Amino acid sequence: MTERLGLTPSQTVGPYWSIGMTWPDGADVVPEGTPGAFWLSGVVRDGAGEPLADGLVETWQADPDGRFDHPDDPRGPRPPSVPGFRGFARVATGPDGTWRIRTVKPGPLPAPGGGTQAPHLDLSVFARGLLDRVVTRVYFADEEAANAADPVLAAVPADRRHTLLATPGGGGYTFTVALQGSDETVFFAV
Amino acid sequence: MDGLPHYPLPEGVHPPLAFPGYRSTALRAPRRPLVALPHGLTELTGPLLGADRVGPDDHDLTVQHGGEALGQRIIVSGRVLDEGGRPVRDTLVEVWQANAAGRYRHEADTWPAPLDPNFSGLGRTVTDAEGRYRFTTVKPGAYPWRNHHNAWRPAHIHFSLFGRAFPQRLVTQMYFPDDPLFAQDPVLGSVPAGARDRLVSRFDLDATQPEWALCFTWDIVLRGRDATPFGDDDD
Repeated sequence: MTERLGLTPSQTVGPYWSIGMTWPDGADVVPEGTPGAFWLSGVVRDGAGEPLADGLVETWQADPDGRFDHPDDPRGPRPPSVPGFRGFARVATGPDGTWRIRTVKPGPLPAPGGGTQAPHLDLSVFARGLLDRVVTRVYFADEEAANAADPVLAAVPADRRHTLLATPGGGGYTFTVALQGSDETVFFAV
Repeated sequence: MDGLPHYPLPEGVHPPLAFPGYRSTALRAPRRPLVALPHGLTELTGPLLGADRVGPDDHDLTVQHGGEALGQRIIVSGRVLDEGGRPVRDTLVEVWQANAAGRYRHEADTWPAPLDPNFSGLGRTVTDAEGRYRFTTVKPGAYPWRNHHNAWRPAHIHFSLFGRAFPQRLVTQMYFPDDPLFAQDPVLGSVPAGARDRLVSRFDLDATQPEWALCFTWDIVLRGRDATPFGDDDD
């Protein structure tokens, strides 16, 4: 193995990230008017329970068939089954800490090492006071059977699994991110 | 699904989430240990965002308005590579920064330094086939913040990169060489000492343009894949 280059360290996005990373279409995993689209919305809170008013939320997900239009998917890239599907969203948290994206439910995925991963999104939070992004996963509370078989959820202590579940409501599903506290969201080392 | 590649995270590179010297981490850094996430298909892929998000003047922050931005004109350029030394091509690079006086064009930045009507502080570009990027801008000023008594941020430019897979996503800051403000800055200081100088650009006389602009060179290294049973990478 040849010598590896030194990885560039992370730094906080700081309080002024919106200058550089605001996208007018940031919320659109799928375009407006997509059949079956819903709002995935939520709030991000700090250790005092206060809303994060200056945060950035990004999400990444498979299409409803569980496919990615990406050359590194070992099953091969495939154009999305939903026209205009981007898979990615980037939105600011508002003064009340809330955010929302327009999306569709991703399909299940084959898991590394065998088995099946339940429908999920990877979600990153960036903010002042976070020297690196924090990453969690959004699963869907109404996918009980798929969630019960998901190897990532199985590796999370049972009493914390509920922090990874989006629940029906708000024109789709809602998901709370607690950066700290008794109900701190499970964050992953990616 | 066996034999998937993996983007291992080397230790001693990224700052710890909780860093007492940076006060805002106190209520925001998670307290519980992170849970390991084996890389599956959601992590081996990522948004491939490129030229469709970049406008014609986005790489030149000095000409985005009616007149030229004020300050020391500089070129910031370099390559985006992975840890294996492979160029990361066709990837979106977004930057934002304070103006030459150290003021951001943002409603939350209210310290008494002048705004420049000809400077927004936003840049975007896409790397070429060799992973190269290049911006023309002005050197940002230092600015005070209230983290501790007489706290000043060293001049820096914020960078955001995607790479091609979720673990390669990186948001960071580029600094300028020999800044006397480094020693009192907990944001740079949060980085393990052995990796700190990776955030400092190099003055590049050879690439400096006579009668025009100083050049600072900075290469960015994103996470690399481990050896993969699929054989050689396609790039």
